Amino acid sequence: MEKRAVSYQIINCTNRKKLLAIDLTEYFSLVFTDYTLRTITLGTAILGAVTGMLGSFAVLRKQSLLGDAISHAALPGIAIAFLITGAKDSNVLLLGALVSGLIGTFWIRGIISKTHLKSDTALGLILSLFFGFGMLLLTFIQKQPNANQAGLDKYLFGQAATLVESDVWMMAMVTGLCLFVLLLFWKEFKILLFDADYTKTLGFNTKFIDILITTFIVLAIVLGLQTVGVVLMSAMLLAPAAAARQWTNSLGVMVFLAAIFGAFSGVFGTAISASQNNLSTGPVIVIVAGVFVLVSFIFSPSRGLLFKQIRFIKNRRDLQWHKTLAFMYNIAETHEDISHPHAIKILNNFQGFTKGTLQKLVRKNYVNLDGTMWSLTEEGFEIASNLYNQQSDNNE
Amino acid sequence: MEQKIAVKIDDLTVAYNYKPVLWDIDLEIPEGVLMAIVGPNGAGKSTLIKSILGILKPIAGSVSIYNKPYEKQRSLVAYVPQKGSVDWDFPTTALDVVMMGTYGSLGWIKRPKQKEKKAALEALEKVGMLAFKNRQISQLSGGQQQRIFLARALVQNASIYFMDEPFQGVDATTEIAIINILKELRKAGKTVIVVHHDLQTVPEYFDWVTFLNVKKIATGPVKDIFNDDNLTKTYGINYKVSIQE
Repeated sequence: MEKRAVSYQIINCTNRKKLLAIDLTEYFSLVFTDYTLRTITLGTAILGAVTGMLGSFAVLRKQSLLGDAISHAALPGIAIAFLITGAKDSNVLLLGALVSGLIGTFWIRGIISKTHLKSDTALGLILSLFFGFGMLLLTFIQKQPNANQAGLDKYLFGQAATLVESDVWMMAMVTGLCLFVLLLFWKEFKILLFDADYTKTLGFNTKFIDILITTFIVLAIVLGLQTVGVVLMSAMLLAPAAAARQWTNSLGVMVFLAAIFGAFSGVFGTAISASQNNLSTGPVIVIVAGVFVLVSFIFSPSRGLLFKQIRFIKNRRDLQWHKTLAFMYNIAETHEDISHPHAIKILNNFQGFTKGTLQKLVRKNYVNLDGTMWSLTEEGFEIASNLYNQQSDNNE
Repeated sequence: MEQKIAVKIDDLTVAYNYKPVLWDIDLEIPEGVLMAIVGPNGAGKSTLIKSILGILKPIAGSVSIYNKPYEKQRSLVAYVPQKGSVDWDFPTTALDVVMMGTYGSLGWIKRPKQKEKKAALEALEKVGMLAFKNRQISQLSGGQQQRIFLARALVQNASIYFMDEPFQGVDATTEIAIINILKELRKAGKTVIVVHHDLQTVPEYFDWVTFLNVKKIATGPVKDIFNDDNLTKTYGINYKVSIQE
């Protein structure tokens, strides 16, 4: 506590005031020169990266809500650690958070396996019980005549400005360890995520892999409490991962992208929050991450809403000339000379067509028109035959 | 001819919520048979396979593979789960899923190399899916997904194959392709155990059959025991199946 206060004074006395008033451009020019800003920015970037990475696993395991339960379960740990030590040392508080987060997590697992309650019930139960208990302790602490207690409630919504260098080192170390374990057990993580039962039959200890992933998720969440806060921490896990999933079909790329998105959310969120009168960092970071999700949902080429709609419209438009061309192909096929001319009337009798579709086909050089007669070109015949192949492929 | 026993199950009992799902199952599966497990919904067919493979914990009973406990013989056993048991939107490719079949022999930490990739490609070719190796798995049809699962088990190069409804929701072409592969496995001396739903095809596809409905009703060669009597005992209604031949 003592040390921390001193370091605050040294680092922050001049910059505090700046932090309150600077605008965004100023912020980014200061990031490289100003020690405090650099520390905070680095901290949130690392935090965003590690939560994004681990969040990919949580999302793919359909355990999106686990993060929410863990972060809420951490709150009583923070309060109890403060009550025991009477000091606001962030390492001690986070240790308390870690312990109660882990207890919450294993209770959830216990409830799911020992009772017949479903996982959402277990999550909701632990989340609200622990959070309620944590809030109770916080209000109790606030009534105490200890001057230190001010600021504990920062853990609810986070305050990146309270990050100091040792916090960032801690985050960097956990992230490094996490990265190492991730690379080491990459194959095991991947197969467990995809098919846990099958993994078991191959002789892997699925419980060990599971506990490994979960422990790192808890660690990452606890690290983020100071910056993002208990209430919104789970968004740091989910949002970057959900956004990343839109852009790729490879697990490796997804984890990497989620880390990038998370890091950027952290940096931009902190920048905005620091430049706007020290808004709570958590909500701002989460909103920035939300923007990543929104953009990804709309603009992703393969899964995005925009391109899906465009493809849909294009398909519908193409269907018209596909239909006509396919019909022409059927007729042309029966002749030795595929470019044998036929009357347009023949189309009219069997298959609806419009002048527009015919003209479109002529423009594409698939069909030749000669007065009231049409004939397929070589190219048109080729396209039409592939049209069939493709359709049968799609229908399989 | 004295046949070796590939799988031996003693007194296997499994219960969910105090309700027995499998009751005191004794079963011997001879080596080299292509066996169907048939029974109504809720008879415990999938549960039987999962308990044999240690995915579910039985309350009593033991399983041995070639006279040794299953845990020691994992490398001899391959599993094809129900297609619906995984999320096919998982970000990975067909080849990658098939490669997972090599993870068991690789063990912890070691990554698949060229050799494993080659084995996976061969398995993909065997199930006629080589052209789709780089396809994202969500873009495969149900039948193709089933073939991928089969290929993943083939890569394991096991002696005993357990398959949970491999014909569920696949078209006729895929069904024929799969049964041909199963018959090839049997020809190669492997033992294949399949949870099966279509009673009509049992005599055509399989040479061994187990009737199951919580308890084991009967087990043996199809030509001896696949009859109306056993079907009625298993399904509880007066079953008349006209067996071809």
